[in-house]
Amino acid sequence: MKKLLVLSAFAAMLASGTALADTSGKKIAFSNNYAGNSWRQAMLDSYAIVTKKAVEDKVVAAADVFTTADKEVPTQAAQVQNLILQGYDAIVINAASPDALNGAIKQACDAGIVVVSFDGIVTEPCAYRVVVDFKDMGRQEVEQMAKFQPKGGNLLEIRGLAGTSIDDAIHAGILEGVAAHPEFKIVGSVTGDWDQTTAQKAVATILPSLPEIVGVVDQGGDGYGAAQAFAAAGKPRPTIIMGNRQDELKWWKEQKDKDGYQTWSASIAPGVSTLAFWVAQQVLDGRKDVPHDLLVPYLAFTQDNFEAALPKIKEGGVATHEYTQEDAIAAIKANIKQ
Amino acid sequence: MTAIAPGTVPKSSRGSAARARMLRSLLPALSLALVLMAIAWLNPRAISYFGFNLMLNLAIPIALATIAQMFVIAGNELDLSIGTFVGFVGCVTATWLRDAPLIGVAVLLGSIGVYALLGALIHLRNLPSIVVTLGMSFVWQGLAILILPKPGGKAPDWLLAIMSFKPPYIPFPILAALLIAAIVHFGLMRTSYGVILRGSGGNAAALRRAGWSLLKTKIVLFALTGLFGVLSGMALIGITTSADANIGNGYTLLSIAGVILGGGEFVGGRVSPIGAVIGALTLALAASPLLTFMHIPPDWQVAANGAILIIVLAARVLISRRER
Repeated sequence: MKKLLVLSAFAAMLASGTALADTSGKKIAFSNNYAGNSWRQAMLDSYAIVTKKAVEDKVVAAADVFTTADKEVPTQAAQVQNLILQGYDAIVINAASPDALNGAIKQACDAGIVVVSFDGIVTEPCAYRVVVDFKDMGRQEVEQMAKFQPKGGNLLEIRGLAGTSIDDAIHAGILEGVAAHPEFKIVGSVTGDWDQTTAQKAVATILPSLPEIVGVVDQGGDGYGAAQAFAAAGKPRPTIIMGNRQDELKWWKEQKDKDGYQTWSASIAPGVSTLAFWVAQQVLDGRKDVPHDLLVPYLAFTQDNFEAALPKIKEGGVATHEYTQEDAIAAIKANIKQ
Repeated sequence: MTAIAPGTVPKSSRGSAARARMLRSLLPALSLALVLMAIAWLNPRAISYFGFNLMLNLAIPIALATIAQMFVIAGNELDLSIGTFVGFVGCVTATWLRDAPLIGVAVLLGSIGVYALLGALIHLRNLPSIVVTLGMSFVWQGLAILILPKPGGKAPDWLLAIMSFKPPYIPFPILAALLIAAIVHFGLMRTSYGVILRGSGGNAAALRRAGWSLLKTKIVLFALTGLFGVLSGMALIGITTSADANIGNGYTLLSIAGVILGGGEFVGGRVSPIGAVIGALTLALAASPLLTFMHIPPDWQVAANGAILIIVLAARVLISRRER
């Protein structure tokens, strides 16, 4: 019996070993439509770090990055078609449009290519989508707020870029959170476009008309601007949820050093590109049970661990996380359960 | 300075002028051949029925937009709104043309009418076309966003069927390019009214003295631009299957570059339909497949795209300088 166990364990090891080797001849391309902001730069950096190692370790044969010169849909559609011609086995894509690339994506699927989209996802059913659970992030913001402000009170909400699915999802999550915590009340809402300057202006404009605010729930990239607006107006500093930006975490640290200020920070990690890469690798590995819609966790920092992360973030950058193959396997497993 | 009396042009210089003219008409084909050779060398797999289908199908809408641009350029004008117009047509195609074909057709015909009116306006008020069409580009963009605030919609099934047509032996994009070039070449270069249209850009004063209506030629040229803009938008949506209000924005400059690369001139009614189609194909190939196959580090890709376009266009300028 024991012998059998050992044997089967050995067999399992062997099986996993060959499973890994299965993708060593595969080539994965990354089709990217834009590289012009700090988030996208961090996304490309993370991707380069992880894929370079994956190629060196012979997990995959190649992992090349292709960025289009403009943000146009036809350019990226043409790019995807060229990647098909290049003979890539999988395409990881951050798409310019959720719908308008579907024609090219379908052609890729028909050619037997695995397509994994993330951040800018595609709706074509044959593709995989790595989606961050923004709704949960919004809900969690209120949950965390309840810890710091147990008495409850008035909240100010800062929205993101209007008309995007991300803004919609975070907002819905915040509303859900407030419904679960009736001690909080959203008394004002402004549009910050995920941008410190825009958020600062918007918050400064609405502040005089608001009652006392105990907390600010937002979408990332707007927390530092909100803090500046409160300071400029001479209002008491509320609990502002942060969004993993370097300037936000730096401000948080300054406040913490001064008087033990507490808050929480969360956002989508640009390194989610590496998770998409590993998902593509897993599908190439022959896994048939990978769900086409993968909900993955966002990246959050708490009072205890944000200071350790701060020095690693570039000035003006965003905190990121490079995912591993194990992370991808865990994410796939978590999504199968649902 | 040596003055040359008219009619006594030395034979050798006439011969070199003819050679230069031939070189100029061959140049578009030559640059296309060069780009194709580079692609064949970098990725032999691309030179196949399947490969041409994939590499060139997005060149069809670019070729149609280039032909559209060529008509206004033939009349010494420039259309800076063709890109957003293609986007507008795309949005109409993916929504109304599918759900309510009659309304869709009416809107598209109406938009061609708007183009004709623009031609009339530009001629009658003597306005610079660059200003008028730049203004119109925002109008088309705004309308497109009104029709389709979020990316989506779906192309009509018949359009999808046409654009995914797989003829035997010759890939559809090549067949379509030949067809477009042949039809426009015949219409503009071989018919008598085509000569008048080109003449309106070449020597408007002479035409007017001969009794031709310059208002009419301008209206016809702009209406033809509208027509080919509509065809371009429909072809584009037939390939992408779904629309986005910003889908055509890049076409404005691509179409102008295509006309110039194809041997056209900004003034003088000197255009070449065949050259324009070849120019569009060359640009489409040089910008995307060639770049993808070259394996340039991501940081340099955007710059490399621009460099390729400049090299391709610079060759064209060198040749035309020799001609003078």
